[in-house]
Amino acid sequence: MSDTHLKNASRRQFLSGAAAVGAGTLAGGAVHAAGDPLIMETQDFAAGLGVGVDETPYGLPIQFEGDVVRRNVEWLTADTISSINFTPIHALDGTITPQGCAFERHHSGAIEMSKDEYRLMIHGLVDEPLIFTYEDLERFPRVTRTFFLECAANTGMEWAGAQLNGAQFTHGMIHNMEYTGVTLRTLLEESGIKPEGKWVYVEGHDASSNGRSIPLEKALDDCMIAFKANGEALRMEHGYPVRLVVPGWEGNMWVKWLRRIEVVENAVESREETSKYTDVLENGIARKWTWVMDAKSVITSPSPQSPIKHGKGPLVITGLAWSGRGAITRVDVSIDGGMSWQEARLAAPGQDMALSRFYLDIDWDGSEMLLQSRAMDSEGYVQPTKTELREVRGLNSIYHNNCIQTWHVKTNGEAENVEVS
Amino acid sequence: MSKFLKLVGSTALCASLIAAPAMAEKMGLGRAALPEEVASWDHDVSPDGTGLPEGSGSVLYGEEVFADACAACHGDFAEGVDNWPKLAGGMGTLDREDPLKTVGSFWPHLSTAWDYVHRSMPFGDAQSLSDDDTYAIVAYILYSNDLVDDDFVLSRENFLEVEMPNADGFILDDRDTTEAHFWKAEPCMSDCKDSVEITMRATVLDVTPDEGESTEDAALEVAEEEPVQEVAVVEEAPEEIVLAAFDAELAEAGEKVFKKCKSCHMVGEGAKSRSGPHLNDLFGRPLGGIEGFRYSKTMEEMGAEGLVWNEETLAAFLAKPREYVNKTKMSFAGLKKDDDIKAVTEYLKSVSP
Repeated sequence: MSDTHLKNASRRQFLSGAAAVGAGTLAGGAVHAAGDPLIMETQDFAAGLGVGVDETPYGLPIQFEGDVVRRNVEWLTADTISSINFTPIHALDGTITPQGCAFERHHSGAIEMSKDEYRLMIHGLVDEPLIFTYEDLERFPRVTRTFFLECAANTGMEWAGAQLNGAQFTHGMIHNMEYTGVTLRTLLEESGIKPEGKWVYVEGHDASSNGRSIPLEKALDDCMIAFKANGEALRMEHGYPVRLVVPGWEGNMWVKWLRRIEVVENAVESREETSKYTDVLENGIARKWTWVMDAKSVITSPSPQSPIKHGKGPLVITGLAWSGRGAITRVDVSIDGGMSWQEARLAAPGQDMALSRFYLDIDWDGSEMLLQSRAMDSEGYVQPTKTELREVRGLNSIYHNNCIQTWHVKTNGEAENVEVS
Repeated sequence: MSKFLKLVGSTALCASLIAAPAMAEKMGLGRAALPEEVASWDHDVSPDGTGLPEGSGSVLYGEEVFADACAACHGDFAEGVDNWPKLAGGMGTLDREDPLKTVGSFWPHLSTAWDYVHRSMPFGDAQSLSDDDTYAIVAYILYSNDLVDDDFVLSRENFLEVEMPNADGFILDDRDTTEAHFWKAEPCMSDCKDSVEITMRATVLDVTPDEGESTEDAALEVAEEEPVQEVAVVEEAPEEIVLAAFDAELAEAGEKVFKKCKSCHMVGEGAKSRSGPHLNDLFGRPLGGIEGFRYSKTMEEMGAEGLVWNEETLAAFLAKPREYVNKTKMSFAGLKKDDDIKAVTEYLKSVSP
């Protein structure tokens, strides 16, 4: 019975929502001659009973939020097994990304591996090559820290021009989670490092054997071996039971299903650090070892997938900002395509290499807007325009596009991904 | 590496926080790794040749191995099929619009190709190639890029002598110098430009995935229960199909097994042949029976002799693909468990329209 009630409510809400988009100012709280039926009439949910406990042992979002899901862009890759999808950042708020809708990137599919099957090997230029089980890892002193993970290719489809119409697709290769685990330093100290060791080479259990070389300084600085995210076990698609966390550096280095850490003297220069994840400049020369993710921001609402439905008047402009070089210290917002800027309000002081949420509350006069946001970090780095980036890098870099994004908001509240002069 | 030093400086605070549980002594956790265990996992090969095993392979033999193990996705001449990576060509395109980055035109080290083929390929059957086969495949890729002649034999001994055309095409990250102007003291706040015009719109291209159906359909999918589907499929199955009835539970288990096949094979409504043939109306179809699909010669001959796909032939093929169809192009090692074969067969019966 309760199912039917929910479905009816869903349909009603959907219809009223659809109406609001078209009419602009006819919002849900509009005055009815005989009073709002939602108030005047006893609703099914106010008279009957709801769902009991244990109906869903592990809760999922309510059906009305069924469209807040990861999505992929089919034409991007040959196959979903080696592909990427996008976090629905246009529909989220706050800073923590729920695991269930945090984007996925696999090179040979997400593998189903149990904790019992898990082994981690440290070897190479170490005093003692070691093997750890999952249980071993849980016995080391633990840390908990929040970091963003951004794929180096985030916004990569936008180099040559405005292409994908939605913040989810232009900026959704990102998530931000609170990780629990042990520091890589702790494990490396357990095995001991020989003086010749200058890099660690890390590799996953999956068939892609995704492997990356990381300078020892970074490995000993802030890298983590994580087994929990947002308080619970990692999801399969994020590397259950154990992944590497490389704060502020490109997502490809955050090896999932981590199985091997080899201390080496020189970088291995694997496929993922030569043929991919290098950035071709206009003269054909490619930059390599471009690990750090520069400061970047995007307005998540209003945006193409999150239009203004309420007409003119009070409007919350909100978005996300982050930097791989430190903490976000300031975000500016422009509503006129960058002619003038005003400082947005940070929901909380910026944290090193974690997402910051910003808000700008305005009184929208109903006219067209060219919305932009501009992030600044604790190093003084200011997020560049697309023109500034292209002047240095040309159009063929694919990776590391951290340009200022523009949404064209029309008088009816709809928004479009555009480029401006 | 001055950029890196800068980064270390900026994260000093965070480093001191995260390193909080400092230990005076080792914990004594874990166990010593046996040399043979290290050898079993340690396969990476470095640009200076470290990690390369003994062995060799010729271009000619490589062409054969490539045709069997790689061509389904990468093409007979390493030119790439559909969206799968092209491994050859693209010389001189790096400074043009849309550069073609192949092993020949872009990869700076040959070790990377050997390492990647050996550890991560073929897609869906990784780590199945012998050392000699890997040398041969890499030799063939070099040949496809016009970098060696057809009588070339690649070996550990001559490996470092091969010159990669783009070996000098890389520089270290130089953002902190070439982009130093992005570190502005104070960004402009007003009168930053005289006018603004829209120069490009995403909707002109119209390549964004359609979300039109999402709001209601997604909600309904959550609300509705599964069983309806099974009944519907059984009802729809026309009588002439011998295998109309199927075990729903087994088919469901088979759907999971089918994940291993999905990267190459489509099945169900609208299924098309990709790097593998589509599997609709599979039962009763002759081996090699999809017109226009490039099967191995053996597969086509078996079909011409009258062999058709049924539970028996499919089980034999799935158990040991390369034994059942000599030189099949399917680069899949086979299903080890009989239960998996039964389940996936049931699944194929359940979804074929």
